[in-house]
Amino acid sequence: MDEIFGIPAPLLFGQLLLGLINGAFYAMLSLGLAVIFGLLNIINFTHGAQFMMGAFVAWMLLAWAGVGYWGALILAPLIVGATGVVIERLMISRLYKLDHLYGLLLTFGIGLIVEGVFRNYFGSSGLPYRIPDALQGAWDLGFMFLPIYRGWVVVFSLVICLATWLVIEKTRLGAYLRAATENAPLVQAFGVNVPRMITLTYGAGVALAALAGVLAAPIYSVNPQMGTNLIIIVFAVVVIGGMGSILGSVLTGFGLGVVEGMTKVFWPEASSTVIFVIMAIVLLTRPAGLFGRA
Amino acid sequence: MADALAELPYATQDGGSPLLAVRGLEAWYGESHILHGVNIDIHEGEVVTLLGRNGAGKTTTLRSIMGVVPKRSGSVHYAGRELIGARSDIIARAGIAWCPEERGIFASLDVTENLMLPPVVRPGGLPVDEIYELFPNLKERASSQGTKLSGGEQQMLAIARILRTGAKLLLLDEPSEGLAPVIVQQIGHTIRALKQRGFTVLLVEQNFRFAQTVADRHYVMEHGKVVDMVRNDELATSMDRLHEYLGV
Repeated sequence: MDEIFGIPAPLLFGQLLLGLINGAFYAMLSLGLAVIFGLLNIINFTHGAQFMMGAFVAWMLLAWAGVGYWGALILAPLIVGATGVVIERLMISRLYKLDHLYGLLLTFGIGLIVEGVFRNYFGSSGLPYRIPDALQGAWDLGFMFLPIYRGWVVVFSLVICLATWLVIEKTRLGAYLRAATENAPLVQAFGVNVPRMITLTYGAGVALAALAGVLAAPIYSVNPQMGTNLIIIVFAVVVIGGMGSILGSVLTGFGLGVVEGMTKVFWPEASSTVIFVIMAIVLLTRPAGLFGRA
Repeated sequence: MADALAELPYATQDGGSPLLAVRGLEAWYGESHILHGVNIDIHEGEVVTLLGRNGAGKTTTLRSIMGVVPKRSGSVHYAGRELIGARSDIIARAGIAWCPEERGIFASLDVTENLMLPPVVRPGGLPVDEIYELFPNLKERASSQGTKLSGGEQQMLAIARILRTGAKLLLLDEPSEGLAPVIVQQIGHTIRALKQRGFTVLLVEQNFRFAQTVADRHYVMEHGKVVDMVRNDELATSMDRLHEYLGV
């Protein structure tokens, strides 16, 4: 088992793991985008900046308040989600009656402003964030070393994706959400406070992005561009998976992370474009996406 | 004619103050002015229809009472509360429930989820067992996707789900539309059963023959106004008048 398809096994599994980790971030971010898009009909271009804010808030909590990783895992999504609630109430909610394009432009602009502000105060070189003690080290799996933190990221994000799916597909709140995605005026006429639900949904989607940011902080350096780099790929993932589907965005996220990782092994030059090539093929053959409802 | 109508005697069997009193209701969709001062009174326990030709404003009247039109003015007084300025979720919580013309069954929800979707707004709604007694089909199809039901079953589901909520006034928009005669009969039976259980119903109908089997009174609408009111027991003597309004 030293070589598979002429590739050294440690390299293959190493890239597979990297692919799964990237896939975990793709999945969590596209999940939040899908939830927001479903109810608000707005493609949230601030998502990358909100992912970055999650990492920065984790860093600030540690540097300024002494709150460690585990506290940040809970507090940072709440704090960043609260900023999302404010943004939705003050700005996005004014645009629902206009063309979707305005929401896209607004969130894109907010994203640029947020990034600019963080670059102004923290520079662009990046800040270090330590892996928590409990997740230090690596396991020897025989065929490769698995850094414990990376394994944790994959497992934890899978749990979060599954939990989100359960809430949306199996609970009463999720039924409101699905129904309002189809016909919000009717759900409101049943007595549900839909405007409040929209606000909280945006906050929850943003909190998911921030949670991914906290997970990313110890892996990538905490810097203002970390979201921009990732979010472009995530938009491609969302297009491939289809906007409407929760499970679709999770499967597509992990799947494409793995595809990207494997491309790095077999055809390294193509690894940064493979997702966009797939996106083009999907757009041409199944415009609604692999899991989308046409 | 509208002024004369405001003076119409609305007295019914019990005479007391109406559960729903609509006065001078006007509504707009964008630039188009659809309702021009609608007056309606409904007493508790009554089944009242809105009759009229296509485009007379019947559906818009229901939507305006429910608060789901872009712009409305006038007065909608329900159970002692003025609701003209309220959002539709507040109106629902006051105890009014709406079954829209397009039925509004959710494709992403199964039958049970559709049935259980509207939140309970006050005590006194029908228990689910009783709803299944009224609509046995729904129990058999509980886990089907909502929009996989037949047209009749979808209509049953659309009515069934607003019975659980404790709402006392039901706004039903053309429940008989596009359904086979035997299903229409079943819906007529359901509406009479609801009246027996104390529900108050405002029903929009094109099907006059169906309307006379369920209703206590009929309002006739023309050009965004109520132009006449006929009690069901006076129908025989008012037939010529109605034929003229409805062109049947």
